[in-house]
Amino acid sequence: MAWANAIIQGILTGGLYALFACGLSLMFGVMKVVNLAHGDLAILGGYIALGVIAVTHVPVLWSVLIVVPIMAVLGYVMQRTMIQAALDRSILTTLLVTFGLSVVIENGLLQFVNADSHSLGVGNSIITKSFSIGSQIQIAYLLVLIFTVAVVVLLGLQYFLSASRYGRMIRAVADDREAAQLSGVDYRHVFGIAAAIAFGTVALAGIAYGMYSQFAPTTGTDTILLFAFAAVVIGGLGSLWGTLLGGVVLGVAQQIGAQINISYEVLAGYLVLLAVLVFRPQGLTARKAES
Amino acid sequence: MSVVTDTQVRSEERFRVTRSRRNVAWTGLGALVVVIVLALFPYIVYSGTTTIMVQAFIVLTMSSMWNLLAGYAGLVSVGQQAFVGLGAYFVLILAINGTSPFAALPVAAAACGVASLPLWWLVSRLRSGYFAIATWVLAATVMLIIERFSSIGGGTGLPLPGFSGWDPTLLTAYTYWAGLAVTVLALAGTYFLLRGRLGLVLTAIRDDEGAARSSGARVGLARMLVFVVAGIGCGAAGAVLAISQLQVQPAAVFSVQWTAIMAFVVIIGGLGTIEGPILGTIVYMVLQQTLQSYNAWYLIVLGLVAILIALFARRGLWGLVDDHLHIRLFPVGYWLWTPESAGRRGAGRRGSGRRGIGPRRAGRHN
Repeated sequence: MAWANAIIQGILTGGLYALFACGLSLMFGVMKVVNLAHGDLAILGGYIALGVIAVTHVPVLWSVLIVVPIMAVLGYVMQRTMIQAALDRSILTTLLVTFGLSVVIENGLLQFVNADSHSLGVGNSIITKSFSIGSQIQIAYLLVLIFTVAVVVLLGLQYFLSASRYGRMIRAVADDREAAQLSGVDYRHVFGIAAAIAFGTVALAGIAYGMYSQFAPTTGTDTILLFAFAAVVIGGLGSLWGTLLGGVVLGVAQQIGAQINISYEVLAGYLVLLAVLVFRPQGLTARKAES
Repeated sequence: MSVVTDTQVRSEERFRVTRSRRNVAWTGLGALVVVIVLALFPYIVYSGTTTIMVQAFIVLTMSSMWNLLAGYAGLVSVGQQAFVGLGAYFVLILAINGTSPFAALPVAAAACGVASLPLWWLVSRLRSGYFAIATWVLAATVMLIIERFSSIGGGTGLPLPGFSGWDPTLLTAYTYWAGLAVTVLALAGTYFLLRGRLGLVLTAIRDDEGAARSSGARVGLARMLVFVVAGIGCGAAGAVLAISQLQVQPAAVFSVQWTAIMAFVVIIGGLGTIEGPILGTIVYMVLQQTLQSYNAWYLIVLGLVAILIALFARRGLWGLVDDHLHIRLFPVGYWLWTPESAGRRGAGRRGSGRRGIGPRRAGRHN
């Protein structure tokens, strides 16, 4: 039963990891930018939510409606300025710039907020409760909520990319930038839109993490970015559903590791990632390896 | 490779190809004098100064290695702290077993070189951004594994044994010389590596990977070699770090901050030049010493400056020096003397005007 519990908890945490990962995956898929500041931006979203709640006293769940647009606008502006400028130079420059941004955000939070851990308390509502199956399996409503949000976000992204006008433009630009430009698409604006969406999901991930656990300025890199990356690689690059599968595999691996010994939790996840890199570098869902 | 010599043989007096515009012997002599003066430092300055200098040596060694990776092999590694940590831990393990830490230093560096091979195998299939995060994951994994062993301190670390009964002044001096030796070896190693065949292969890869591959350059092998060398160098820096701190803590030696420092120093100094990291280290040390009372500020300032330089002055501070004075302390490229240029700024000075990073020189033809 303890193992069944570990697997169920792992699957549900996998939803959170998929939420971490979809912004990273989207930015890489569309702009070929690997945003090394991804995790720190998520944590920044968490801190903005803290600030919004402190000022307006809205409940945590409602703060999403304020924080996600803020981060989306930030994403659009940053893509049109800094990231685009780096892209115009080289892929290497995008890595240098986003890595610099990561360090600046992390140390900025350390300097201007502090190194303490915070969490986004949800107060006394249904989502802080849990329900039990049998005697040993306890499932928190919060985890179910996060998993559902992750699935809805992935479904929404899928629908947006395949059916909407902007989604088609994003796919066109990702496939062939020049051809899309010839058909009258301003690829910079499309990149901005894609970044806005990615940053929106990043904010959502940061808030979800803040509700699920505690966060500090360093959580951005050593948890969110690395877990997001693990989910993307395990699932297979460039596939949204692969990302969910990768998140679930990572979550289950961590929970099983924790079941053996609590200090093996993180290590077990990374070992699965390294095993995937060795035996199936194209990821679990992709059919053919891409360089 | 042989084209260069051919040019020299065939050329009439109008064309000449040299390594540098100025006589390299003078730079060599200058470097020797600098090293000798630096070696005498423990006799002439206070130990506080040499302690700061050891920090500078550690930063310079690591940065030169990161420069080799990012500036020449195009590999942005965010996991070099894996080797810093492993170097420190190898020294600790050997010291626990009775070896003198100074004797353990070269062994630790070599062991890091060996350790880099399986790590390279794990990440070598990934490119650019995913390579960067994968190395980061590797470093985190190595730290988590090391923390499992309680005999070497587990999650909290251990003080470095083996120095009981040493005179503190002598210890400081020896640490300084060890740091200096590691740095000189790292810089000299980089220089000769880049002057040789590997340097040409790397330049070819940087300019056009596909073309390099199809002309028979062994791209994978060259990258692996650079990764191993960088592992050895960062391991040696980690070993010096352990000796200078007299203790090894997993969270400190495996901190991603080391790679952040390496990247900032290299970007600010000048990516893809040997001189860049030297200049960058000086800037870093000055900033760190003046802003250290303001906690995280120096990393914020360094990060912002690095972002601006990466975007607007991609050849870094050394690029500015080079543009105005045409100096290369460590010439690894070639200089073409054309009749028009006659040693002055002239035709085709900037080659085809492509990306300015690296040792691409005036009208470099090979």
